[in-house]
Amino acid sequence: MASEHIVVSCTINGEQQVFLANQRDSLLEALRDRIGLTGAKEGCNNGNCGACCVNMDGRIVNSCLVMAAECEGAEIRTVEGLASGDQLSPLQNAFLEQAALQCGICTPGFLVAAEALLEQNPDPTEHEIRYWLAGNLCRCTGYDQNIKAVQQAAGQSVI
Amino acid sequence: MVTAQSKETEKYNVIGTRPIRHDGVDKVTGAAQYGADLNLPGMLAGRVLRSPHAHARIVSIDTSRAEALDGVLAVITNADFPRASDEVIDTGEGSAQLNWVLDNVIASDKVLYKGHAVAAVAATDHHIAEDALELIEVEYELQPPVLSVRDAMVDGSPLLHNSLHTRRMDGSQSDNPSNTASHLQFTKGDLDDGFADADVIIEREFETSMAHQGYIEPHNGSAYYRADGTLDVWTSTQGAFVVRDSVAPLLQLSPSQVKVTPMEIGGGFGGKIPVYLEPLAALLSQKTGRPVKLTMNREEVLLATGPTSGTYMRVRMGAKRDGTITAADVHLAFEAGAYPGSPVGAGAMCALAPYDIPNQRIDGYDVVVNKPKTAAYRAPGAPQSEFATESVLNELAEELGLDPLEMRLQNACVEGAQRADGFTYGVIGNVECLQAAQDSPHWQSELEGPNRGRGIAQGFWFNIGFESSAYAQVNGDGTVPLVLGSTDIGGTRASIAMQLAETLGISAEDVRPHVVDTNSVGYTQVTGGSRTTFAGGWAAYECAMDIRRQMEERAAALWECGAADVAYGDDAIIRGPADEDGNDRQFTFKELAGQLAASGGHIVGRADVNKTSSGPAFATHIVDVEVDPDTGKVDVLRYTAVQDAGTAIHPAYVEGQMQGGVAQGVGMALNEEYYYDESGDLKNASLLDYRMPTALDLPMIDSIIVEVPNPGHPYGVRGVGEVPIIPPAPAVRAAIANAIGVHMTELPMSPRAILDATVLGGD
Repeated sequence: MASEHIVVSCTINGEQQVFLANQRDSLLEALRDRIGLTGAKEGCNNGNCGACCVNMDGRIVNSCLVMAAECEGAEIRTVEGLASGDQLSPLQNAFLEQAALQCGICTPGFLVAAEALLEQNPDPTEHEIRYWLAGNLCRCTGYDQNIKAVQQAAGQSVI
Repeated sequence: MVTAQSKETEKYNVIGTRPIRHDGVDKVTGAAQYGADLNLPGMLAGRVLRSPHAHARIVSIDTSRAEALDGVLAVITNADFPRASDEVIDTGEGSAQLNWVLDNVIASDKVLYKGHAVAAVAATDHHIAEDALELIEVEYELQPPVLSVRDAMVDGSPLLHNSLHTRRMDGSQSDNPSNTASHLQFTKGDLDDGFADADVIIEREFETSMAHQGYIEPHNGSAYYRADGTLDVWTSTQGAFVVRDSVAPLLQLSPSQVKVTPMEIGGGFGGKIPVYLEPLAALLSQKTGRPVKLTMNREEVLLATGPTSGTYMRVRMGAKRDGTITAADVHLAFEAGAYPGSPVGAGAMCALAPYDIPNQRIDGYDVVVNKPKTAAYRAPGAPQSEFATESVLNELAEELGLDPLEMRLQNACVEGAQRADGFTYGVIGNVECLQAAQDSPHWQSELEGPNRGRGIAQGFWFNIGFESSAYAQVNGDGTVPLVLGSTDIGGTRASIAMQLAETLGISAEDVRPHVVDTNSVGYTQVTGGSRTTFAGGWAAYECAMDIRRQMEERAAALWECGAADVAYGDDAIIRGPADEDGNDRQFTFKELAGQLAASGGHIVGRADVNKTSSGPAFATHIVDVEVDPDTGKVDVLRYTAVQDAGTAIHPAYVEGQMQGGVAQGVGMALNEEYYYDESGDLKNASLLDYRMPTALDLPMIDSIIVEVPNPGHPYGVRGVGEVPIIPPAPAVRAAIANAIGVHMTELPMSPRAILDATVLGGD
């Protein structure tokens, strides 16, 4: 059923990608099933949990709510693009040092969202961090260590 | 954050430190492979058709149109499974009849809750599988739904199962079929005498809603059945061996034909112990000869997996004017969901566990209703039962004009105290937690402002051991790969590896823990019940002691002396008798590791333990809230959690468990509920409407770790994960009462419930 499929070309983590998507595929499904980038996770498939969030043209989006067909020409950044080679980003290191993950399923979304926060607001208050990350559900940590990891990555002193 | 380190823990080199977890890099780079991330060549996608009704007889299922759809390779129903017997199998944190396990996986003659699986499809693409579901025609004959324990227990209530009779503790059964699957009772002393001694008696009724574990990763299950009769299963589970021992009998295979590989798991909290999708994936693979992956969406997770019980509870408690509690009568009726097996037994044992009350009676009822079959959820049963008892205790203190913390200290169980179920405590940290809370900056502070209040509550959980396995080899460079059967749900690779490292005297980084499949390690019980760091750590300790013995023997062989003359020290130096010239002989661990290959071969340490002992854990929580009188919304202003961890192996992950437990407990207290209409339709099956706490809903949670080492464990470990979910609800209730003078009687204490209780009169 070729008519159900479309060709999409976009940039993902700095690499040009051309892939065949089902017209019904979300960006999340395209990333995971067509391109093989499984770092973005499906937690709810309706925009409530943030586990799938990626950076699309400088904005944080829930990739489950974006159609793959909308991504023609887009610049997309996922958790797989945060580290440079074997060098973790400051946020990734801070999440490890603050023990800011338990099961780790929400971590890709938190990292992508927090990176975008620090790009826009390099010295956020605790409230600003909590407000920004309120779209990312974590069920394991109670959020303390996630907030502290963002504070550490922002160069703030962490108790 | 404060850690009240015991003198015991100061002597350790690895235990009590905070190394980076071994699986950390994979989890911050997106490389970690969770169940849904698996993709095999030729893999099919599966989807499940679910009942739109809460209670109905299945008249017929016609799958022919779905089977005819291009891209559909198989459609299955319950009738495609071999007939399951009523033998009872171990299901992780409980047991169940095999035929009921199957019927919950896929309905046979009746659907018993909305979302109950009816048929499953495998297709070349998940979009096609979804289309196929719409082509399956099911004819239902509706039956009246039974939606609360009180309705279900009434004589003449519609029955979910005609074959179910009430089982009593003496083994006898009721003559007539019933929705009450079992009744248990624990007693101590004489209740009438106890209440006669009381100056004040308070009795309260409570109702709590079903609540879900809310793990962010939906369930998944993949399987590949081969022509030689072997079956591979990949799944995000808390217990790979439980999956093996459930799937094998459901497909009438031997356990040796089934290999289960536990993938990374995105949260579980007890809810990822039962099988749901794995048997369906296995049968679909058997039908198609291809690997099949099934995943749930969020609505399916909420509708059709295993939340914790909603309850009806009644507590009567009496005390003398000086605060001595003389008697307590506790009635617990727990929703089991569609099949027997609520956590009412554990709830009953925990109900009064922190207190030495001479006269007690605790009745527990396990009751089936037309809601999903409940599963374990963090300290199963205890958040409900202890909510009821802690709440009445707080009201007694208020009535008597006593400090609720002092009253708890006055009645607290100490070593030698016996619970109503007969268990006698060894060394416990109950009093130490209360004292640490009393000394905390939070309790010592003043709370000011209108509509603000402070509350306190205590919690208890068992933490029992059971089977764990640890195998470790010694590499030539002195590093030690460690294989484990315990799913790592929150840092247990690190906490177990650290206990191995401590015992061997090497660094945590030199141990490389791996979670492996059911063919590659000894039997290991589920990651649950706060048993993994406790029992897994014990296995690691014994595994390391096995390595130490073997290394002593090898050194003895090299030195040509008796093994009894060689000693492996805690500093990882292996010392032997002086040589002929009187010089000391010794190897470092690394030196001897480098000589193993050439001196007789490599060494593998092994331990398979089955520890039936426990590490009882207590917790004291303090919370400040502010209630908005116009909306009924409750904001948590400040929170302090105190807990006895025994020994905090990795304090950062102990704090994480405490804070995470608080967050779930606060959710249960204030927002989270299964909201059904009268037809049994769940009206809030999404994460927008099933409202879990976000980062914006919570303050920082101060955690104070108390360490009263458990003498029943080589490193003094008590489990830490379960107990912190217990005190939040009663502490928040007390804080609300302190703020606005209203004693809530239901969970959650949502804005709606608070307005009902205030604007509409209520309490």
